[in-house]
Amino acid sequence: MSQDGVNNGRRLLLLGSTAAMGAVGAGFTAVPFLASWNPSEKAKAAGAPAKVDVSKLEPGAMLTAEWRGKPVYIVRRTEQALGLLEGLADRLKDPQNGNKAQQPEYADNVFRSRKPELSVLEGVCTHLGCAPKFFPEVKPEPFDSDWKGGFYCPCHGSRFDMSGRVYNGSPAADNLVVPPYSFDGDTLIIGIDEETA
Amino acid sequence: MSQQKNPIMGWIDDRLPVTVTYEKHMSKYYAPKNFNFWYFFGVLSMLMLVNQILTGIWLTMNFTPSAEAAFASVEYIMRDVEWGWLIRYMHSTGATFFFIAIYLHMFRAVLYGSYQKPRELIWIFGMLIYLLLMAEAFMGYVLPWGQMSYWGAQVIISLFGAIPVIGEDLTTWIRGDFLISGATLNRFFALHVIALPLVIVALVVMHLLALHEVGSNNPDGVDIKKHKDENGVPLDGVPFHPFYTVHDMVGIVVFLMVFCAVMFFFPEGNGFMLEYPNFEPANGLKTPEHIAPVWYFGAFYTILRAVPDKLLGVIAMGAAIAILFVLPWLDKSPVKSIRYKGLASKILIPVFGVVFLILTWLGTQPASGTFLGLFSNGDVAIWTTIFYFVFFLTMPIWTAKEKTKPVPERVTGGH
Repeated sequence: MSQDGVNNGRRLLLLGSTAAMGAVGAGFTAVPFLASWNPSEKAKAAGAPAKVDVSKLEPGAMLTAEWRGKPVYIVRRTEQALGLLEGLADRLKDPQNGNKAQQPEYADNVFRSRKPELSVLEGVCTHLGCAPKFFPEVKPEPFDSDWKGGFYCPCHGSRFDMSGRVYNGSPAADNLVVPPYSFDGDTLIIGIDEETA
Repeated sequence: MSQQKNPIMGWIDDRLPVTVTYEKHMSKYYAPKNFNFWYFFGVLSMLMLVNQILTGIWLTMNFTPSAEAAFASVEYIMRDVEWGWLIRYMHSTGATFFFIAIYLHMFRAVLYGSYQKPRELIWIFGMLIYLLLMAEAFMGYVLPWGQMSYWGAQVIISLFGAIPVIGEDLTTWIRGDFLISGATLNRFFALHVIALPLVIVALVVMHLLALHEVGSNNPDGVDIKKHKDENGVPLDGVPFHPFYTVHDMVGIVVFLMVFCAVMFFFPEGNGFMLEYPNFEPANGLKTPEHIAPVWYFGAFYTILRAVPDKLLGVIAMGAAIAILFVLPWLDKSPVKSIRYKGLASKILIPVFGVVFLILTWLGTQPASGTFLGLFSNGDVAIWTTIFYFVFFLTMPIWTAKEKTKPVPERVTGGH
């Protein structure tokens, strides 16, 4: 092809604008493919609250409920367990609930709960999502010789106290999440913040 | 090209370069004549790739990719489908032997400097294949939807949550739900059976094209193209076909004997290949006592666990894989093969091999156990992790400083 009389500036402009339009088109085309990976409407709608009768829960015992597919641990703590919570501050990463995202306002206290004795925590380790195991007894454990009771994650060894606060030296950085919850008499409603009559 | 050509081949060759391609890659591809035992693992990796694709296609014929039915459909394959158990065990055992072949293939490259100039791109394509293979194996392990499938997916996907700011949204996007669910299983099925295999096969083609462009390295690390006969054929080269095709058959038969022994007599690999919690259907409310990856991820899992901080642990694990990509530029040695490298290489490379095995072993063990009854697993994990990084980070120093031996002009040994 003859190069005579070619307007190089014009050719460059045409090349550039065509390529730019192509790139924009490819970008728009990518949107539905990428967005289709988001949770579907069905998955988003599956967040109905879970109702649990906690009247039969003995002091020191734990009950596991399911909310949005996640395990929720409900523990009726003993007086002894509640008494130990204050003294643990210097062994914990975040004793004062500094990370406000981990609990609702009404659980922003040393018990991390509405009612001091009743602890409600998501059983999802804040490290990599395993379900921590409940070790309520105050006795030396293989993972902690000065164990004051709480949760131990079998996956990577994160330790949490009876309020779900993470111990120093754990791979997890944050306290266990307190889900939004409220009570209707003896029924615990997980997923709804407001107290109902 | 030959003078007396078959007229049919001639007709085809005028339209599609079949003969030229065959000669370039098989009958006139001259490979060094001194290949040893280590050189079997390239072709064996390829054999396992074919095995995985073939058995994988057959498994999809009876597998149901849904959270409700996946576990039962695997049981159906194992119990009711004719020869289904064999095809599934060929696939699950194949994954292990694929990784054995790949690891030995990679170690061969380290021993003989096969990644050095001019073969850097071959190494990089190989690393990309290895990376995708890990993703492929992980997603495949999720499909039977047992306890380890579920919790393995939970842990691995949560790794992305360590990324600041976007982490949480990214994990939700990968899962397609607010927790691991059927949505996750279905997309992993799509990626495992279509997307990743396509890319892996394309990368294998690139890996081989790049190899055939520069020619194969050999245990002496000498360039066989320096000495050619009057026809331009390397004096130390033999045509890949028939010499190495026939030679490789022997390696394939021996490899398949071991493969079959494991597949028929130890298909679960004592819990290292098929983990016992995976014989229980996925339960999102209960984590198994001890979560461990299958053995071939062990080393990187140990590195992740050795760092007591979520983000730093993920960074360390990523760095352990990323550093392998730049290996061709970390090795400053003027010679390729360990045979002519200095004392430092001769000590450190085998020690690295042992350290990698220890890291792999630790990844399958509880973090709280003891190693050889002497040290805590946690301590050994930290030492070996440090060695892993020090080995690569100091490589430019000791490979440059050590006293190397003169490399011969022609290959030694051989047949």
